[in-house]
Amino acid sequence: MDFFFEVLTGGLLAGVMYSLIAIGFVLIYKASGVFNFAQGAMVLFAALTFVSLVERGVPFWGAFALTLAAIVALALLIERAVLRPLVNRSPITLFMATLGLSYVIEGAAQALWGAQVHGLDLGIADEPLELGGMLLSQFDLFAAGTAALLVALLSFLFNRTRLGLSLRAVADDALGALAIGIRLPRIWAVVWAVAGFVGLVAGLLWGARLGVQFSLSLVVLKALPVLIIGGFTSMTGAIVGGLIVGAGEKLAEVYLGPLVGGGIENWFPYALALLFLLVRPAGLFGERAIERV
Amino acid sequence: MKQTTFRRLAALLAAGLLASGAHAANEQYFPLQSYRVGPYAAGGTGFFGGFIDYLQYINAKGGVNGVKLTWSECETEYVVEKGVECYERLKKGLNGAPSAATNPLSVGIAYATLDRSTSDKLPLITINHGRTDSTDGSVFPYAFPLQLNPHSEVSAIVNYIGQKSGGLDKLKGKKIVTLYHGSPYGKETNPILELLAKKYGFELTLIEVPHPGNEQQSQWLNIRRSKPDWVILRGWGVMNPVALKTAKKTGFPVDHIIGNIWSNSEDDAAPAGDAAKGYISITTHPSGTQFPVLQDIKKTVVDAGKGNLADPKRFGNVYYNLGVVNGILNVEAVRLAQQKFGKKPLTGEQVRWGFEHLNLDDKRLKELGAYGLVQPLKLSCADHEGGGAVRFQQWDGTKWNVVSDWVQADRKLLRPIIEESSHKYAKEKGITPRDCSKES
Repeated sequence: MDFFFEVLTGGLLAGVMYSLIAIGFVLIYKASGVFNFAQGAMVLFAALTFVSLVERGVPFWGAFALTLAAIVALALLIERAVLRPLVNRSPITLFMATLGLSYVIEGAAQALWGAQVHGLDLGIADEPLELGGMLLSQFDLFAAGTAALLVALLSFLFNRTRLGLSLRAVADDALGALAIGIRLPRIWAVVWAVAGFVGLVAGLLWGARLGVQFSLSLVVLKALPVLIIGGFTSMTGAIVGGLIVGAGEKLAEVYLGPLVGGGIENWFPYALALLFLLVRPAGLFGERAIERV
Repeated sequence: MKQTTFRRLAALLAAGLLASGAHAANEQYFPLQSYRVGPYAAGGTGFFGGFIDYLQYINAKGGVNGVKLTWSECETEYVVEKGVECYERLKKGLNGAPSAATNPLSVGIAYATLDRSTSDKLPLITINHGRTDSTDGSVFPYAFPLQLNPHSEVSAIVNYIGQKSGGLDKLKGKKIVTLYHGSPYGKETNPILELLAKKYGFELTLIEVPHPGNEQQSQWLNIRRSKPDWVILRGWGVMNPVALKTAKKTGFPVDHIIGNIWSNSEDDAAPAGDAAKGYISITTHPSGTQFPVLQDIKKTVVDAGKGNLADPKRFGNVYYNLGVVNGILNVEAVRLAQQKFGKKPLTGEQVRWGFEHLNLDDKRLKELGAYGLVQPLKLSCADHEGGGAVRFQQWDGTKWNVVSDWVQADRKLLRPIIEESSHKYAKEKGITPRDCSKES
């Protein structure tokens, strides 16, 4: 039984890491209806910029501030140069634009900082921690704490500030918000900048876990089932979806994997997401679309 | 007047064409299906950087018997379709200089261009990788898995574990887990491992990591539960540092993990930080810059500002040195073929003869400044691998240190398996194997 709980806890902690990526998607989708496939590339860009600055002797917090400035500038540039001209186009057009963007950002990041793999040490020991007979990763616990803090900060921003009120108004009804004087471009710019910040935090944690390399942009694939299960418009959904995916894939790999030859961790979350699509198409916390037929 | 001008122009044009023809007439071309962006760019930039720097170094010394080496790159991003497109675009040579051989450094691209290479009579070099059965040159005349094929690789690892255990007979009852990349490359050696497990009596567990391998918690928890004596890591890219980090956080001793040939670079160990300290992997060539050939490359190419690496700190790392080794073998094949066919640019078919007759003994390796960097290698019609030996290296946190002498694969055991597979391929494709006893 101890082993079961160890697998479960490890899965839940891994799930929090998936949620970190998913939150970046939710922010932009909620405010502008754009499914930003380039979020993974932004994570790569942020981590690569940060680690390259640190390797050039810039102190940790200096590198963090410079990277934040760079990722926010990139986010604003994307919003201004790519998405604003495409406003009112179909969702698939916007999606394809972000898909293309992801290739551009990945290539630009490698051209700018080189293609080699970098180690990233955030100073958090990754010695296993024994708790009640289970070995838990200190790093994963730290990542879970960071994700909790990030969600608390974003919740504060959305629910307790004037800016948050505007953001929620835009998310609820963009035209209505426009009618009462909220400047949509400004809101979109803020949301993209915040998504850039989330991308930086995710990039640092994932970079410390995997090494800073091209594969960072592939973690985006882990966020898709999380979003389908949790819903595309809910941060709570991103967290819960992440936990379900993380725990589900680990338990499936350990207990079902041996029955079917192993290696099911990648597709199992998608199978799970498919089931959710059949039962709850909007996800657990997503907004149900009600349309007059 | 007009006619005179026209004649002069025609004469100039003809002279230009002749000059360019004469120029191309003394050049040997290498088409490079390289990858400098994408998920495997770290390997591509290192390997092709080393390869190109070696070609530059040879040119700086006057080429191969006066024949200048040329090359051009085509970006594949490690994508098979792009690799095939690049092959088709470059195979005919450049400005009249014939192609010597292709070196895609990709299992997928190598598989996809194997038949084309044979019909185009252009050697396909898959150093340290490729189809294992292409070792049998009687069926695969144009494919060369130089130095080490995948079967030799795992056989050498098992032999090393046997050495560490006090002899191959001590393997009986040991538990070995192989953690492999969920791809045809990762799965390729599983049947051989099963055969070796049966032969030596060790208990083998095969655990798959789905591509790309950025999550391995469940696999390592399973490993910890089964308490193996050794773990063989058959990884690729991000899977390697994640394996080392996850091993550490699940409490498995990293000095009992042995990485294969694609888990053996600085880029595989360094990103794992302290978790990689003590990690062991195989290598066909050590990293480092102490070899005379590398010192010469540094002097004539790198210090002259012509080095191909964007980051000079990578000079002498595992991928770069593999590129240099690959360069040495390609150039030696051309040099050898020139002895038979003349000191001129050669066709792929002629260069193939050179590869098939490569014979690098210690004396020749010392002349090349590559003694200790390249293993002694002797190829033949029947044997397109030539070496089959590896050394083992251990990561100390910042660099690799070689910790063993050459460990040879059990080639006698593997040969019938290779021949069975190659003959099956020959039957499927309607190929009549060459009679190697009649080849010269």
